[in-house]
Parts: sequence; structure tokens; C-alpha cells
Amino acid sequence: MNVSAAAHPGFLSPTGVEITFVLIGLATLGAALLTVTTRQLVHAALWLVVALGGLAVEYLLLTAEFIAWVQVLIYVGSVVVLLLFGLMLTKAPIGRSPDADSENRLVALGVGVAAAAALVWVVVDAFRTTWINLHGVAQGSSRATGESLFRHWVLPFEALSVLLLAALVGAIVLSRRDTGSPGSAAPSPAGATPAATPAADAPAAGKEHS
Amino acid sequence: MHLAYPAVLAVLLFCVGLYGVLARRNAILVLMSVELMLNAVNLNLVAFDVWLRDSLHAGQALTLFTITIAAAEIGLGLAIVLLVFRNRGSSDVDRLTGLAEPHGPGTPHGPDAPDATPAAAADDEKAEATA
Repeated sequence: MNVSAAAHPGFLSPTGVEITFVLIGLATLGAALLTVTTRQLVHAALWLVVALGGLAVEYLLLTAEFIAWVQVLIYVGSVVVLLLFGLMLTKAPIGRSPDADSENRLVALGVGVAAAAALVWVVVDAFRTTWINLHGVAQGSSRATGESLFRHWVLPFEALSVLLLAALVGAIVLSRRDTGSPGSAAPSPAGATPAATPAADAPAAGKEHS
Repeated sequence: MHLAYPAVLAVLLFCVGLYGVLARRNAILVLMSVELMLNAVNLNLVAFDVWLRDSLHAGQALTLFTITIAAAEIGLGLAIVLLVFRNRGSSDVDRLTGLAEPHGPGTPHGPDAPDATPAAAADDEKAEATA
């Protein structure tokens, strides 16, 4: 309604979207702070879920709905689950662990606060008089994103799938148990199993990739 | 919406992640902090894409690429962390000082996982040292 009338909306008349953005931003920031400061390792992963979910809501407020759902699907759905698996597999202590932070955390705090102050100063100074126009056609609908992705970004998209495949193969190679040289285990009948393992891994890898 | 809101939020998230990378000791918590930093960059990309109304949607396409690369990074990072844990019996990044410069006289390898190291890990260390 007041899009054309108010060319320069001010700080003192925030819209509902802005208020929501700031509130969810505060929640996201608090969850991120808890992620990096809590002493319980599993709680850190769970606070990371809150932070990433808050970011998904921020994407929705910025009219980027496809990115928001991809964020929920990949980060909250798979990355955090991977991190939790990693915590379990490295026998992370359940409950408080006193040595979660290293002893140079004061230096880290100094670096973080200095970087935050400098960057906030620069960013606020640069974008003081810039407004996003959220009205009109949505910038990030699935249709628009899909059309641009498969019309202008096809080649990077395919290169990215090759990179994912390489990462997958690399992860399998890294996490495979070292079975030694094939000649040493050859005479025994059990020696057939290590040879069969990569062949059994390969279809699973292809399935997961597609 | 004022552009400063998403930009400042992205800056603050990035600095929280920076603090986490520097201050955390467990390698998996370091990976979580890296995820926070990557998400801050994603928020910047989306906000500037919406602001500029780019007809190529470069910001959102690059956000999708960043998310994918972050997923690949977390998979590979966890594989490396698990391998280190299997070899050393610990995933503390402060204690993985096998490649560090020797600090003082008499400590050629530093305090390298002095406790709770399985015998197999010690053998692996010896094999690495001789190799």
C-alpha cells in the first residue's frame, strides 16, 4: 500500500516483517552463541538445529522459499544428524565436559569481538540508506529458482554433482578399514570378503548420490 | 526491509562461528562452528540477491552451491575426524600436535595424547614416525 508513497521508510516505523526478522534474528543469534559456548556436546548440536531453523525462517521472510526448504532439508535433516553420529562415534561424553573449550578462549573472544565490531561498523556505515523491496513478485519462488538454475547455471550444477560424487568416494575411502595388502590375506577363504567390500559399496554410493 | 538487518545478523553469526572455531577443542564442535560461518555467508547471499533483484538469481544459485559444498565438507570432515579418533584415541584439536614445531628441549613431539591411547594407536604412531 505505502510502497510508492514512502520512498524512504525510516527506522522509527518498522514493518511487521522487520520486527519478525529482528526477533527471529535474536533467537538465532542466541542459539548460535549457546552452540559455541555450551559445555555439553550433544546440546551444542541441538542448539545448532535451533540456529539453522531460525535461519530458514529468515530466508522465508526474505521471500527465498526454496532456499528455506533446502536449508531445512539438508542442514537440519542431514548435517546435524551427521554431526550427532560423529559425536556418538568419537565417544563424546554425555553431560558436562570441562575441557570443551581450549585455554586460548580469551584470545578467541578478543578476535571474535574485534572482528564483529569492525564488520558491523563497516556494514552499517555502507548500507545505512538501503532498503530491500519485498513487495512485488517473489524473488525466490521455486519456479524462479528452478528456471534460473537449469537455464543459466546448468554447467556449475553438473560440476557440483561431480564434486559431490568425489566427496562421497573420498569419505568412503577414508572411513574404510585398512585391510592391508591383498596378497597377505589371499590364501584363506575369508580373504574373499575384503575384495567384495568395495563392490558392495559402489551401488550404494550411486544410489545415495542420485 | 532495511538491508542492514540481514547484513548485521550475518556479520554477528560469522563472528560467533569465528569464536567457536578458535575456542573449541573438540574437532566436531569446530565443524559446527564452520557450519555457522557458512550459514552467515548464505544469509548474506540471499539478502543481496533479493535486494539487487538479480535476473540470473546468482545469489540463490550460489547459496544452493554453498549448501551442497557444506554438506560435502561435513561428510569429509567427519570421516577425517573419525580416522584421527581411531588412530589417536582422541579428537581434541589441541592435542594433535604431531606436526608441530618442537617447543622446548626434551619434548620432540610435544604432549602427544599421553592418556587413554590404545596400544594399536601407539603402534600406528610408531609406524607413522618411522615412515
